[in-house]
Amino acid sequence: MKAKEFNIKWGMVIDLDKCTGCGACMTACQVENNIAPMVDASNKLRTLSWMLVYELSNKKAAPDAEIAYLPRPCMQCGNPACVPVCPVVATDKNEEGGIVSQIYPRCIGCRYCMAACPYHARYFNWEDPVFPKGMEKALSPNTSARPRGVVEKCNFCHTRLMKAKDKARQEGGNPEALADGAYMPACVEVCPTGAITFGDLKNPEHKVHELAKNENAFRLLEKLGLAPQVYYMSKREWVRKLGDNYAATGKAGAAKKHS
Amino acid sequence: MKTQFSVAKFDQKLQERWGEVMEEKKQCKGCGGALPFVIGFVAAVIAGWVLFPDLIYSKKTQPIRFSHKVHQEQGMECSSCHTFRDDGSYAGLPTNEKCMECHADVVGSDPDEAKYVEQYAKTGKEVPWLVYQYQPDNVIFSHKAHESFECKSCHPDMSKNDTPPVYYQNRLSGYSKQTMKMWQCERCHAENGVSNACHVCHK
Repeated sequence: MKAKEFNIKWGMVIDLDKCTGCGACMTACQVENNIAPMVDASNKLRTLSWMLVYELSNKKAAPDAEIAYLPRPCMQCGNPACVPVCPVVATDKNEEGGIVSQIYPRCIGCRYCMAACPYHARYFNWEDPVFPKGMEKALSPNTSARPRGVVEKCNFCHTRLMKAKDKARQEGGNPEALADGAYMPACVEVCPTGAITFGDLKNPEHKVHELAKNENAFRLLEKLGLAPQVYYMSKREWVRKLGDNYAATGKAGAAKKHS
Repeated sequence: MKTQFSVAKFDQKLQERWGEVMEEKKQCKGCGGALPFVIGFVAAVIAGWVLFPDLIYSKKTQPIRFSHKVHQEQGMECSSCHTFRDDGSYAGLPTNEKCMECHADVVGSDPDEAKYVEQYAKTGKEVPWLVYQYQPDNVIFSHKAHESFECKSCHPDMSKNDTPPVYYQNRLSGYSKQTMKMWQCERCHAENGVSNACHVCHK
């Protein structure tokens, strides 16, 4: 299968050596996208986290033990597994920029897309959102609220893209050729260590263009051929290997070892 | 075998029943035919076209009888009051600050102007205007992107409007009846070769 190509390709490069696992990206995401705090968030099968930080370990004993943190937004795959399985075209990759859309009023909640996504980037609303008293005044106008029964996921804070385009128009610029940094998702903006770089992967003037070609750059589960628009980079080899789910033997395709 | 089926007996019973049916039909002449259908059809049409819309939409009037016509006659443009902000977002309706540039005190003889000055300008309360065009929460629309079009290619031409039109609110959804519909957006995008991707208009 050939990945869908666009003139603009919004993408991220996340430097895992800079990520401290602080979780600011997760919080910023929840605020920007009006994700209601859950009364009981202990059941992790029912929590909503468009951006989720995973902990990686090299599984070695004390002096050699190392950990890394891996923030996981939606990969906005070039060849998304979630799109062809949707029976109602509630999700599609058809817009310039390559962001995979999700239209909540159209979603029927069948969750085929969740089963298809190998990155677990999609979440189902098991309950209607309930915002604590007073919090409804602090809701973001950037994202519409989702009812119970629909699937949602990260969309690279798409409304911020629309606002950046409006700003470019107002200032006489070209909305189809935004400057580096003019459009930035909430997680990128908030990251205190600057671990996440965001921009147009195809535009040589954007930092991500070079970073994605770095020798330490890799994508998650590259072997599946979904061509994600999110890249990771790490100087540590064991981190890079985990990115493609290699087994302890270091050989692809060997028996998987769960953490 | 006690209960033996008799063809002759069955046939006779059938004939009797048939006779009864024919008798009933003769008595009922005029009940069938086109008339009841027409009556039912007309009733359904009236219910659907006249009664139902009244039932589903509540009618509201603007808090102030604002005349676009009077303002337009003063040589004002749409953009004199409906402005863009510096970041390219659309401010939509003017606030008291804008209105009070002229109407801090009563300048005309219209009773509704006096009402505005007294109830809103002097108290600092914003006018709760009813907006005919508000879209649902999941729609994002950029006036900046559509700036090259004339206002009235989408909005009604307000320049001749002396009394604001009645505002119809859907009792179930709470939305205005007069919003632009998705097919209208999509048609214009298609005709102008603009993308109809979901996220172009939805959030």
